[in-house]
Amino acid sequence: MTDMNIRNDEAPVIRIRDLSIAFGTHVVLDGFDMTLAKGEDLVVLGKSGSGKSVLIKCIIGLLSPDRGSIRVLEDEVTEMDHPALDRMRSRVGFLFQSNALYDSMTVRENLEFPLRRHWITLSQGEVDDMVMEALTNVGLAETVDLMPSELSGGMRKRIALARTLILKPEIILYDEPTTGLDPITSRGISDLMVEIADKYKTSSVIISHDMRCVERTSERIIMLIDGKCYRTGTYAEMSRSDDPAIMPFFQ
Amino acid sequence: MKIPKQTLAFLQESGGLARFAGRVFTEGLHPPFELSEFLRQCYLIGNKSLPLVGTTAFIMGLVLTIQLRPALLSYGVESELPYIVADAIIREIGPVITGLIFAGKIGSGIGAELGSMNVTEQIDAMEVSGTNPFRYLVVTRVLAATLMLPLLVLLSDAIAITGSFIGINIKGVMSFGLFTDEIFQFLDFTDVFPPLIKTFFFGFSVGIVGCYKGYTSSRGTEGVGRSANASVVIASMMIFLIDLIAVQITDLLGFN
Repeated sequence: MTDMNIRNDEAPVIRIRDLSIAFGTHVVLDGFDMTLAKGEDLVVLGKSGSGKSVLIKCIIGLLSPDRGSIRVLEDEVTEMDHPALDRMRSRVGFLFQSNALYDSMTVRENLEFPLRRHWITLSQGEVDDMVMEALTNVGLAETVDLMPSELSGGMRKRIALARTLILKPEIILYDEPTTGLDPITSRGISDLMVEIADKYKTSSVIISHDMRCVERTSERIIMLIDGKCYRTGTYAEMSRSDDPAIMPFFQ
Repeated sequence: MKIPKQTLAFLQESGGLARFAGRVFTEGLHPPFELSEFLRQCYLIGNKSLPLVGTTAFIMGLVLTIQLRPALLSYGVESELPYIVADAIIREIGPVITGLIFAGKIGSGIGAELGSMNVTEQIDAMEVSGTNPFRYLVVTRVLAATLMLPLLVLLSDAIAITGSFIGINIKGVMSFGLFTDEIFQFLDFTDVFPPLIKTFFFGFSVGIVGCYKGYTSSRGTEGVGRSANASVVIASMMIFLIDLIAVQITDLLGFN
């Protein structure tokens, strides 16, 4: 694997080496390597079931790998205890594929939830301001007192993104952000992701196989094939590839 | 020696449940405590089952009285009817019937709720949001179920005894004062406390089984249905098993 396309001026925010994880006899990741530079938008592309979601769940510490090293913002995730994981997670946002909005809570309560971290003490006024800022960023300030069940799929995705943004993370991990959305809504979400990356200077890892979203959001693409980093390059480079393993994605 | 598959599955399941219950104590005893969520769950769990528990208790007291009456009449001890019905309700029928209804209503509710939260990644979302989902979801629900069932049983006992008073007055005449005198003349602490203590265990098992099945449900909507269903079946079985053990213990201690 080559790191030649990444920016070398600053230390990478995520550095993964030799990551391996298996479920029973099914090997999902097998010596996977990846580096994410500060401010970079990286798409991990692969077939369904190729281990893309497993990869980002390992990064956020929801799954423990069998082998390998994951350094996020200079700290080793595999060696973190619970409080350290908690602190790391306040700097890394995670957008779930299913949005994972809490059904029993209003939009406001959903957004306030990440602020419950025990070391964060805020006045109600500050909390309200943060909620409104996050909602305004995704263009849905008027939904603040609605329940998630009253929102459309695209709106729920935006609210989930607002909840991810509320702690102003330095890195955002997107798990298939446009899956299940119509092309127009999907484009809106892709635009929003680019907008957020520009506004807050976040770095992102995007798991997707929606090629329009990939084209719009990626600065670099990693092909995850057979549990390894098969190739990396920009969208333009990859789409010109005549490799039979890569071509089908871009057709 | 090869262990049959079903035996192995049973052992794995009961081992998993026991470890899960152990975790409630290890994690539940350390701060931060989720007090407001616990109170919310107490309100939801207690309030949600109250109408159902009240209705069944009333019917149970009334029916039991009407059905026992001819037998007592033939022995000429009709005046004992209030005490006999009240004792049956307080010792056995109140706790078990309320427990079973609680398992059906609350156990399945918890199983389905946590199961669907698991399927839609809400539990993972809590974890990455800096909240321990086990403490927030499991400990609060188990504790609320453990404390609310005894309260519901006390209420259902009272409602069933009221039903019994009406049952007596359908075929005969007895004043409320005489009715309660008849009951409290014979009713002892040993009639009331051992059954009340076992209801804490009933409540705990309903809470823990519902949470365990929901929290560990397999992904997919089918898993949610299965965990709701299994919660009710296992919790109901556990209520009878605990009942069986409780009666042996109270008998050994001479409280029967």
